[in-house]
Amino acid sequence: MYQWDFGILWSYRWLFLNGLGVTIGFTIVIVVCGLLFGLLGAFGSLSRFRALRLLALTFIEAFRCTPILVQLIWFYYALPILAGVEMTPITASALALSLYGGSFYSEIIRGGIISIDKGQSEAGAALGMTPGQSMRRIVLPQAIKRMIPALMNQSIIQFKNTSLVSVLAVPDLVYQSQVAAHDSYRPLETYTAVAVAYAAILIPLTIIVRRGEKRLAVSE
Amino acid sequence: MSETPKIEIRALRKSFGSNEVLKNINLDVAKGGVVALIGPSGSGKSTLLRCINLLVVPDGGSVRVGDTRFSFGEGAKLPDVKSLARFRATTGMVFQHFNLFPHMTTLQNVMEGPVTVRRMAKADADKLARAQLAKVGLAEKADQYPATLSGGQKQRVAIARALAMEPDVMLFDEATSALDPELVGEVLNVIQQLASEGMTMVIVTHEIAFAREVADRLIFMRDGVVVEEGPARQVIDNPKESATRAFLSHFHRTGALPPANAVS
Repeated sequence: MYQWDFGILWSYRWLFLNGLGVTIGFTIVIVVCGLLFGLLGAFGSLSRFRALRLLALTFIEAFRCTPILVQLIWFYYALPILAGVEMTPITASALALSLYGGSFYSEIIRGGIISIDKGQSEAGAALGMTPGQSMRRIVLPQAIKRMIPALMNQSIIQFKNTSLVSVLAVPDLVYQSQVAAHDSYRPLETYTAVAVAYAAILIPLTIIVRRGEKRLAVSE
Repeated sequence: MSETPKIEIRALRKSFGSNEVLKNINLDVAKGGVVALIGPSGSGKSTLLRCINLLVVPDGGSVRVGDTRFSFGEGAKLPDVKSLARFRATTGMVFQHFNLFPHMTTLQNVMEGPVTVRRMAKADADKLARAQLAKVGLAEKADQYPATLSGGQKQRVAIARALAMEPDVMLFDEATSALDPELVGEVLNVIQQLASEGMTMVIVTHEIAFAREVADRLIFMRDGVVVEEGPARQVIDNPKESATRAFLSHFHRTGALPPANAVS
């Protein structure tokens, strides 16, 4: 029977905290940038102009339909050769994860916008609003309410996806725990503790999302 | 009609795919005139109404409301987004399914056009919106959300919202078709009041008795063409065309309007 000894991890606490900080910081960056790409992708795919629609759909499908691990490695190793730009592991993985998240956010935002009854934008137009005004004043305020639960879910997935950046040696929680595991010869304790750390952050978040969903369902 | 008409539609054509919905439509509405458009579903009357404020962009012909005229068809450039918006601000429209903005209170619904489109100061828009709500008998519902109102009340708010833009003409697209029968009267009463104040209106309706009372001209459409047109009472009481007669035989054509029990 294996003898668990979690006490040994205490000496690596600063390493773990450091990694956790990188993971959380990374999540914030890729959620914000991802939402930005998502907005661009959604408006592009709903554009009146065919070329823009095509461009947006190509972006969405390219990132939605390839594995994120492959994208990470491709952005770090292949893109510099093709484009001639050197990127640090952090830049490469932030870019890949933001674009990957953005492709999913795009679909959520697009779905939210087209779920609003066409009569709403017609009523806006009949009042003399431009398409932009009716999007801002009438459609988006209603659509955002519907998107929020799905956007939150996708952001939770984004948080977990940051664990993949360890393959590019970005010093996140998983990478630091690899260091700790090698150093202490205690991989079971280390990875169990890491799993608990992710869950301890995400479980309260999922509860908040579920509450939010219920509240939105009631108010509609 | 010696005066130039307020609304003038010439040789209007519209197809959806291979389905020709409007075939060479001509229509004049005098200033202060009330025209009722009737006809079976699929006759093109709603499409014609939506062509007047260009919610539907015609394939050919021309539309003029007041001083603004748009031409469509070969060689004609499609109007840009800004001039379309400016044009629509001068025409009010009321929809079958109300299309109130559910995320805004009744008052905010009515203020939305003046504030966003006319750039009116909030305080002025508030005063204007309250006056319009009072006019349709809903002053005390100002702070409620549309979801809490009855169908008839919703439609009266929608009328107030359109009126807050102080439009030159009002377009009604089957404004009472989605209402419970007992709520039809309160909406028709508001429309009738507008007519008596001299508002130029085009009304798509299935309420034949109402059309007979309120409209001065009546147009019967079928399959995308105007089959018969004339003074409302004359067409309803003595239709010349057999198609008009056949259509009107489905309705009670005279009698009192449905009672308006909620306008207060």
